[in-house]
Amino acid sequence: MQFYEALGLEPRLALDLEELKNHFYERSRQWHPDRFSRAGADEQQKSLEMTSMLNDAFRTLRDPVARAEYFLEQKGIVSSKHVPPELLEEVFEMNIALEELRAGDESARPHLTDARERFNHMRDEIDHGLSVLFGRYDEAQDASHLLAIRSVLDRRQYVANLIRDVEKELNVHVSN
Amino acid sequence: MSTFQIDFGNTQSQIVGIDLGTTNSLIAVMEPTGPRILSGIVPSVVSVTPAGDVIVGAEAREMLITHPERSVYSVKRLMGRGAADVQEELKLFPFRLTDSTGSVLKLQLGDKVMTPPEVSARILRKLKMDAETELGTPITQAVITVPAYFNDAQRQATKDAGRIAGLDVLRLVNEPTAAALAYGLDKRKEGIVAVYDFGGGTFDISILRLHEGIFEVLATNGDTHLGGDDIDNLLLQIAFEDIQTEWGEDVSAKSDTVQLLRRAVIQAKEQLSFVPSAAIQFEYGGKRYQREISVDVFDRLIQPIVERTLAPCRACIADAGVNVEDINEVVMVGGSTRIPLVRAEVEKLFRARPHTELNPDEVVALGAAVQAGILSGDVQDQLLLDVTPLSLGIETMGGLVSKLIHRNSTIPASATEQFTTAVDGQKNVLIHVVQGERELVKDNRSLARFDLKDLPPMPAGLARIEVRFLIDANGILNVTAKDTRTGKEQSMDVKPSYGLSDQQVEAMILESFEKAQDDFKERQVREARVEADSILAAVKKARNDDAFRSLPTEVRAAIDWDVQVLLRVYNDSDYLLIREKIERLNQSTRALAENMMNTAVRGALKGTKI
Repeated sequence: MQFYEALGLEPRLALDLEELKNHFYERSRQWHPDRFSRAGADEQQKSLEMTSMLNDAFRTLRDPVARAEYFLEQKGIVSSKHVPPELLEEVFEMNIALEELRAGDESARPHLTDARERFNHMRDEIDHGLSVLFGRYDEAQDASHLLAIRSVLDRRQYVANLIRDVEKELNVHVSN
Repeated sequence: MSTFQIDFGNTQSQIVGIDLGTTNSLIAVMEPTGPRILSGIVPSVVSVTPAGDVIVGAEAREMLITHPERSVYSVKRLMGRGAADVQEELKLFPFRLTDSTGSVLKLQLGDKVMTPPEVSARILRKLKMDAETELGTPITQAVITVPAYFNDAQRQATKDAGRIAGLDVLRLVNEPTAAALAYGLDKRKEGIVAVYDFGGGTFDISILRLHEGIFEVLATNGDTHLGGDDIDNLLLQIAFEDIQTEWGEDVSAKSDTVQLLRRAVIQAKEQLSFVPSAAIQFEYGGKRYQREISVDVFDRLIQPIVERTLAPCRACIADAGVNVEDINEVVMVGGSTRIPLVRAEVEKLFRARPHTELNPDEVVALGAAVQAGILSGDVQDQLLLDVTPLSLGIETMGGLVSKLIHRNSTIPASATEQFTTAVDGQKNVLIHVVQGERELVKDNRSLARFDLKDLPPMPAGLARIEVRFLIDANGILNVTAKDTRTGKEQSMDVKPSYGLSDQQVEAMILESFEKAQDDFKERQVREARVEADSILAAVKKARNDDAFRSLPTEVRAAIDWDVQVLLRVYNDSDYLLIREKIERLNQSTRALAENMMNTAVRGALKGTKI
């Protein structure tokens, strides 16, 4: 878990953002290229490697979803890319509405704004669920929790894509 | 017990901070009391005299009127750009390009051909010399500021300019960030600060979090082709049309009238920041043109330009992940922020009264000096964490971009990507790197093409080349490649899409060593003249003294003669000749000096009771 090591943190899924930030600032002060502008080439290279890693690590770990993706990837747990079966019907109806709006049928718009609201709500619920699962895994360190997180992340990714598609279409046709 | 402390002085030479601006440039150093501007402001204008000498600054700005076709201003707008980018602007610039084919622009100035980095190097060298004269020590290392929204090629061109000027550019700092450093350091600020930097040719907006000496840039946005120059051009167009109607003459085609008129509109523009109405006044060939412009008319005219700064501001706020209410302060930088309409629009958008108490012309150079102090270790506890303004990506199938490093990522930032071959025995892999936010390659800025070459022959898909893209703390891309099967470094050729090749820069540095000789001579000449001034002034003063009158006639005649001789060689460029004549005058005034000394001693003794 390079990112955690770079920042001097225990590899946990639930992180205190304030603590994360403090570690990042502290290590940046120590390793930033500004501190090595008159050092030898080797030291300068080391500083560059360290800070680019710190920046990568901080960027990834401060976002719960990116953090979980990184964590699972490090644990060798890959995404399944299945369509969540409980969403099939909803997605089917939404696609029809999208087609209608693309064809200029404005009556499809309310259906889509409703759908967007539902998906947004769904995403918020998923995010809340994730933080609960994070805590559980950190407590038990059990791989089965990671698999549960994986499927929640897949579902979240799917919902996020739906929101993106709906928003894109709603924005494109907004002036029509 | 007492000890002797021997101070060997700082063995490291001082690092300077330089604001290489579109309109003006400044140089500053960090001192124990804080950053200080050295020497004066240098107009960013370079001219080639009919004799072939290159002059810089205020003198060159005069040449802009008398010999516009031999002068360059706003060269910053040409840095790191290709001919296709600047066609519109070239219509208004007085100089011409020699050819528009290569990856770097070549400007024809008299009989000299110069690239934008070389022109900028002249400005840098002038700043360097002025600072060396003032500090009395050689300067070799510098921090140079660039607009935050400068892309890789524009940054590289700035760094090249530094190298050509004989400066080791330790860091490029983004201008709004530098301003925040100067501002925050002074006030020990905490919280979220927006810096609105609207200068002569570029616009930047940056949002930073200031916390215990860390200046963390959250997001940046801007337009590297938007500034006071654009306002000048709008006013120029009005004047052109007026004069066309009144005089029946198209003055826009003559470069000398354009420059005179440009000066007139700039004057009117600057006045309009303080008075409700100002006149563009212009005389040429015995004819007079005058046009009164009220603030209302001016505001309506420039509204679209000011609007163009607001969209990047909104995008920046969103990218920073903050709400407008979270922004504690807005700092104004750059000459164009003196315009009341600009201040009003910024205040409206950020819902906070912008800070204008800093000198908007100096704050960037002061911040560069602070960063120089951080690099030298003189400034402790402060640290700048900046971001890359544009996403970095590579070309994939179908002319699409695959993003590797996203915009507003803290730098240094890196990404690694695996490459392999598509057909059996393939010897090369080409990687096209672009910068920008658009999905299609053609809508982004091409940075360079990397050719991974001399791959050993093997079946398709077997090669394993790991390419590492690293954006360093200057915002400049570095690329390395490794064959992961052998662990060896993979050789490659780099073809930058814009800018100078390393060989070209080397050649220009060599040439500038010769120029350094000229610089040395020029300084010697200047110093000789200063010395001549002081001896001539002393002789003039002594003429009223009894000591002078009491000299024999032939001695007085000799002095008069040597004064005339010195005056005649005073403007010569041969400093040895000037020194020789100073020495002559020194000799012929020796008796005078002795006389005066005696008189002084006598005078002093008279007033003393023994």
